[in-house]
Amino acid sequence: MDLLKNPAHRAWIVLVIATAITWYLGEVGAAGTSAIVAMLLIAFVKGRLVILDFMELREAPRLWRILLEGWLIVVSSLILLAYWISLK
Amino acid sequence: MLQSTTAPTEPQPAEGRRLPGDLAIWFFILAEMLAFAVFFATYAFARAKNVEMFNLYQQTLDRNLGALNTLLLITGSWFIVLAVQAAHRDNRPAISRNILLGWLCGGGFLAVKVIEYAAKFGAGISLSTNTFYMFYISLTFFHFMHVILGMVILTVLWFQSRNGAYGSHNAHGLESGAAYWHMVDLLWIVLFPLVYVMR
Repeated sequence: MDLLKNPAHRAWIVLVIATAITWYLGEVGAAGTSAIVAMLLIAFVKGRLVILDFMELREAPRLWRILLEGWLIVVSSLILLAYWISLK
Repeated sequence: MLQSTTAPTEPQPAEGRRLPGDLAIWFFILAEMLAFAVFFATYAFARAKNVEMFNLYQQTLDRNLGALNTLLLITGSWFIVLAVQAAHRDNRPAISRNILLGWLCGGGFLAVKVIEYAAKFGAGISLSTNTFYMFYISLTFFHFMHVILGMVILTVLWFQSRNGAYGSHNAHGLESGAAYWHMVDLLWIVLFPLVYVMR
């Protein structure tokens, strides 16, 4: 399919579906460890698509790719740590 | 051996890797992202000390509007990617058209946010109501200001594109503005689940 040849189109489709999943998890009142991990994973996948396919850092000098993807990993880890503490 | 046709006028990055836009905008983006990282972590750890209260008041937020705003920013970002791609193909009309569509998505985001704020402020909620609302208002408003700045940048890009400023040989300014606009999207992608959904 022509539509799926453009990485930006593919990214947009995945981003919309991922947003719908997060919204649905909110609607059904998902809470607790598995819900938190799932939502953080979804946010991570979405953020990575924006960094690689929208910001076009996939083919950029590695340093910048590492800096932005690293930001995503650090932020997700800190949030996970804070939620893990709250569940104890 | 250097041949005249391939003589490099500026050094090419190793392996042909290229950073879109100006280096300066990426340092600016990084600084903004660090500020938001501190904000996000502060929210998460403040919540850990006050889980019941955060969970209770989180339920008063409008998740539908939050999700709608996610879709608006994602789609706005996508239009700006299409504008950059159009520049690389020298399709001038498509550059301006996609910038305008991206700008309209940003405008939609602001309108939805104003509706959301009106409902909250109308209910008498303010920064001093409680810790959760203090974070909700300051985090989303800080982001709101970034959407406004992004739209100012898109406005400049649109006028420039109408004057034929961008094409396959000159997409630098457009790519720099686009990178900032994508950052606004990226920040909301973390902010929405964190403040509106995760519990």
